[in-house]
Amino acid sequence: MTKLRTLLPRLCLLLLTGALLASCGGDPISAKEGAEKKIFLVNLATEARYLDLQRCNSVTEHHIMLSLYQGLVCENRNTDTDVEPGMAESWEASADKSVWTFRIRKDAKWSDGVPFTAHDFVWSWRRMLRKDLGAQYSEMLFMLNNGKELYDGKVKEEELGVRAVDEHMLEVTLVGPTPYFPLLACHTSWWPVPRHVIEKYGAICDVMNPWTDEDKLVGNGPFKMKKYLFRQYIQVERNPVYWDAANVKLDGVRFYSIESADVEERLFRRGQLHATYSTPLSKIPDYLKNHPDVARNYTNCASWYFRINTTRGALKDVRVRRALAFALDRSSIIDNVLRARQLPAGGMVPPMKGYTQVKEFSLNLPEARRLLAEAGFPDGKGFPEYNILISKNETARQLAEAVQAMWQKNLGISVGISQQDFTVYLTSQQNLDYDLSWAGWNADYYDPATFIDMWMTDGGNNNTGWSNKEFDQRLADARQCADAAKRLSILTEAEKILMREAPVLPVYFGSRTRLIHPAVKEWQVRLMDNRLWQFMDLQYPPPPSSMDAGLNRN
Amino acid sequence: MLRFTLYRLAQALGVILVVFTITFFLIRLTPGDPFAGEKAMPPDVRRVMEERYGLNKPLITQYFTTLGSYLRGDFQPSMKYQGMWNVKIIKDAFPISLAIGSCALVIALGLGLPAGIIAAVKKNTWMDYGFMSLALIGICLPTFVMGPMLIMTFGLKWRVFNVAGWFEKTDWVLPSLTMGLIYAAYIARLTRGGMLEVLNQDFIRTARAKGVPGSRIVMVHALRGGLLPVVAFLGPALAGITTGSFIIEKIFNLPGLGQHFVSSVFNRDYSLILATVVLLATLLVVTNFLTDVLVAWLNPKVRLS
Repeated sequence: MTKLRTLLPRLCLLLLTGALLASCGGDPISAKEGAEKKIFLVNLATEARYLDLQRCNSVTEHHIMLSLYQGLVCENRNTDTDVEPGMAESWEASADKSVWTFRIRKDAKWSDGVPFTAHDFVWSWRRMLRKDLGAQYSEMLFMLNNGKELYDGKVKEEELGVRAVDEHMLEVTLVGPTPYFPLLACHTSWWPVPRHVIEKYGAICDVMNPWTDEDKLVGNGPFKMKKYLFRQYIQVERNPVYWDAANVKLDGVRFYSIESADVEERLFRRGQLHATYSTPLSKIPDYLKNHPDVARNYTNCASWYFRINTTRGALKDVRVRRALAFALDRSSIIDNVLRARQLPAGGMVPPMKGYTQVKEFSLNLPEARRLLAEAGFPDGKGFPEYNILISKNETARQLAEAVQAMWQKNLGISVGISQQDFTVYLTSQQNLDYDLSWAGWNADYYDPATFIDMWMTDGGNNNTGWSNKEFDQRLADARQCADAAKRLSILTEAEKILMREAPVLPVYFGSRTRLIHPAVKEWQVRLMDNRLWQFMDLQYPPPPSSMDAGLNRN
Repeated sequence: MLRFTLYRLAQALGVILVVFTITFFLIRLTPGDPFAGEKAMPPDVRRVMEERYGLNKPLITQYFTTLGSYLRGDFQPSMKYQGMWNVKIIKDAFPISLAIGSCALVIALGLGLPAGIIAAVKKNTWMDYGFMSLALIGICLPTFVMGPMLIMTFGLKWRVFNVAGWFEKTDWVLPSLTMGLIYAAYIARLTRGGMLEVLNQDFIRTARAKGVPGSRIVMVHALRGGLLPVVAFLGPALAGITTGSFIIEKIFNLPGLGQHFVSSVFNRDYSLILATVVLLATLLVVTNFLTDVLVAWLNPKVRLS
């Protein structure tokens, strides 16, 4: 029996030692310390799926890549509609804007000190167009002359529309006139990857090639990889050989991957974060009212809407679709459900500089009822019961319930709500296995086309079964148009067709509410919400804020 | 004993194989797939991905290929976190869950056992009612209430611990406490029940009649039998405790294994689901086996039969 008595404490001791031996993760760092050491602590809310630049496809990865790499040009620090020099110090275009010449910096280097040349771009773009890479954004490079052909294996690599005239001169030939090419080139798909590193560690397109490991990754951006703790954070540090290193103010950035808004808000209050990714829905009104210096609310370039399966019964009828769109009280949804100062959407494209927005839909009950009656369902009588498909997400559920009530009250029709796991929800949409679905779209690049192109016939993200020749033609025209203003007006025409046909019911343009620590200087309000880490700075000691002292504890 | 062990070993392998097979086919029957994303994947890219992970082959071929690689000790790469091996994911996460689980276990036993024993010995007194009421509250309070309550108090109000994360040596305290208190409640109730049953038996009365001191009766004679329900409960519970809890890891933002069990299913990360399920099954089988041995040692009746 003494055995048992000694065994239990021993077992406990053993387990405890084991527990304490299991090392804790990274170094703790508070927001105050971070400000002192110039290390920016920011949450990106999800784990990066890839660290291979060319395979990246999420917003999270994009934010991280903005610190590690740089393209020919980068987004302008002040405005969304312009660019500033990156790896290229200057550039010029041919008269028809289809051939572009970029002068690559002579002092440019990879973070391991290897000289950076125009050949790096040529090799990277050829890699990007290899089918076996499995990169989701390969299509972006189809605007290179012979881009699609190379992807399909119809031409040789040498025939691709990119050429290194010499070590520091890159000539890019596009399929057609593209006045906005520099803006497009801000997208990660156009950025370079280090050939010398990738080839050293394995096959070029092998997904298990370890070149992206913490100790091997090499980039050309303002920062370089320091620490990668899976599901905790990625930390980058100053890259001393970056061409503009003297003007980089931060010494590092730590990207957290905290998924829960509640957890990140608690961390913020405890003084462990400089910037959250979002704010818990229920706390937004309070933060906006009582801590306006901490809570930053701004519209981001995102559109939220209902997709309609236009191959199903009554939903085939454009009058029904328009009736549903006219019967939505968007302001009420924003004020009572979302409560974060979103903008009501009358069309698909959020406000964008130079673009004439289409404002087709707003609450118009007489029109909605008239259209529904015309379609054969006066006062909603005989209208089949359809379901709104949503993913398992609290906001989506609340919104769907509000819309359900609105349509019931305004049109006398009843709809159900069906909730599915995110992956299932996506698959259902792709297979047209739904009636209406709640969805959102973030801009890939700052141009209205990112919200309109997706609805072309058989587009991979159309998912409504809707197809319209006139609309497709407008998109093709816009792609061939060299005059920027004219191109935008063609896109407006296309959007008008889209709204007239209403395979999609716009509801609101997104906003984001972030909590920003007072130490953060110049958190710019940007529609694309991209952060140019090289231009950011932290102030030490941090100024006081309306929140309690917790934000600045040690 | 050797025959018993060998027999149980064969049984264990069989169980794991069955779990492996059922999991493999069940996840393929569920709708959704690992490559679904908000932006539709171009068909060409999808084809490349499916080839990369062998998903283009007939299901039965995939089954045997996967089984083969598991037998060789290759647990395949994750389909969601591309470029990551499942073994690495588990190796990174498991020690963290193990650490938190072990501390939780110590807390659970340290609080639960004495509370249960005292409640049983002082049956129907204020102490019994007090401990048992506390235990009932502990059982009823879900972790997602207990966790934030502890965070509010110790993290935000008194600022003694971090509110989330896995950085400092003290970061195990709140999550372990959250998990441990709830298990302590179960253990207290089980111990009380077990002890009461034993304390009413003839051999205890005999011991008392022979003048054995009360403390010796409780700690030596009664406890051994009284612990049986706790051991039977802890065996399988141990596997759950040490592999982490999804909710606790979410609340405290811990990079443990618990989240993978749930998120890999949401992500339809076929290979990671399989790896985590096989791991859990193996742990369950092992702890069950150990429990059986321990019960046999604690309870002579089992040994005789």
